[in-house]
Amino acid sequence: MKSFLIPDNIAISDSGFVFLPSTGETFTLNEIGKHIFKQLQAKKSIEEIAQQIQNEYDVDSITVERDIEDFILRLKSLNLVVQV
Amino acid sequence: MKIAVTGLNATDNPGPGVPLIRSLKFEEKFDAEIIGLVYDALEPGIYMENLTKKNYLIPYPSSGLQNLYERLFYIHQQEKLDVIIPTLDSELFGFVKLEEKLRELGIKMFLPTFDQLNIRGKDKLFDFCIDNDINVPKNILVSSILDLQKIPEEFDYPVVVKGIFYDAIIANNLEEAKTAFTKISSKWGLPIIIQEYLKGDEFNVVALGDGTGNTVGAVAMRKLYITDKGKGWAGITIYDNNLIEISKRVIQSIKWRSGMELEFIRSTETGQYYLLEINPRFPAWVYLAPNAGQNLPYALLQLALGEKAEQFDKYKVGTIFVRSSWDLITDISVFEKITTKGEI
Repeated sequence: MKSFLIPDNIAISDSGFVFLPSTGETFTLNEIGKHIFKQLQAKKSIEEIAQQIQNEYDVDSITVERDIEDFILRLKSLNLVVQV
Repeated sequence: MKIAVTGLNATDNPGPGVPLIRSLKFEEKFDAEIIGLVYDALEPGIYMENLTKKNYLIPYPSSGLQNLYERLFYIHQQEKLDVIIPTLDSELFGFVKLEEKLRELGIKMFLPTFDQLNIRGKDKLFDFCIDNDINVPKNILVSSILDLQKIPEEFDYPVVVKGIFYDAIIANNLEEAKTAFTKISSKWGLPIIIQEYLKGDEFNVVALGDGTGNTVGAVAMRKLYITDKGKGWAGITIYDNNLIEISKRVIQSIKWRSGMELEFIRSTETGQYYLLEINPRFPAWVYLAPNAGQNLPYALLQLALGEKAEQFDKYKVGTIFVRSSWDLITDISVFEKITTKGEI
């Protein structure tokens, strides 16, 4: 099972504003992006995050997990998450 | 105490004088008057309120050292200067040559040596980096247009065509390289530096070396907004240990004595930092440093006065500067006075 980690030095504000201190880059996440990001910071697995979202929204598990994986791939390409 | 500062040309290609003065005044302990040394009657620093107590025109470096010395001697007679902080690349060699004579007058400075200035020169930087195991873009020095034929033997286009002191133009082929060579060499002379073009993000570090190899402090910044002249108009403090460590290694190797700016590019391809330039003075964005927790200009003043300077080892990441244009309104009598009397 793949596991991902948000590096400790990356901060996210309540508004979803993410700052990468090593490069000065900033990103803005929408509500669901912010939620997933914070869950990853809390060291939750993709399955756990997917389960939470599925409980809140009317969506099937396969779609949720696929969308979360896509989102994490995007975070990875921006050096906002590392695979452990 | 009176501190004279040059480079009050806070234009769209700003000198570091005004931000350096603001940095000194940022320090609570600072208790001195600032005397502006200006090359032009329209340097904006002259017209800023509460920046300098008095301003004096000084001759351009090209008019000779004796002229500069005589003018500084006159200003010293009027003001009894304690310290001069030169802030511009083009005047540094002159002030280094005058250091001894000015010291005899009782004027202190904190400058690099000739050797240090030479080592970091654009034509010598490549060898320095190779000797010290620091990544640097490949480059060749050329002295004639015919030499440009050698470019494909060394690296692929595009290349960066750089002047020995200022200017850099990206050339995509031999024709563009020839045009850039002619344009830059006619302005800044020879040789011309042909540098490998690296794709990536630019990072800058402002630092202060105490002359023993120790780094008093270093703050890294990434430009957020760049003007069409390539000047940073907004920037943010960032922290990457690699960047700070390379900067400290440079200062250690040269035993740099003064403020400096190191320009890096982080290659998109390799993720490594490459040292592009070492500027032998504080940059125009130096006011970001005290606001992030390292008052490097004030520390330089302390070192110039022979005092112990605070050693900095951290700073606030995420501190932003945004430059602005601001019209200063004045009466013609002010302009008249600086133009005719050379002081105001």
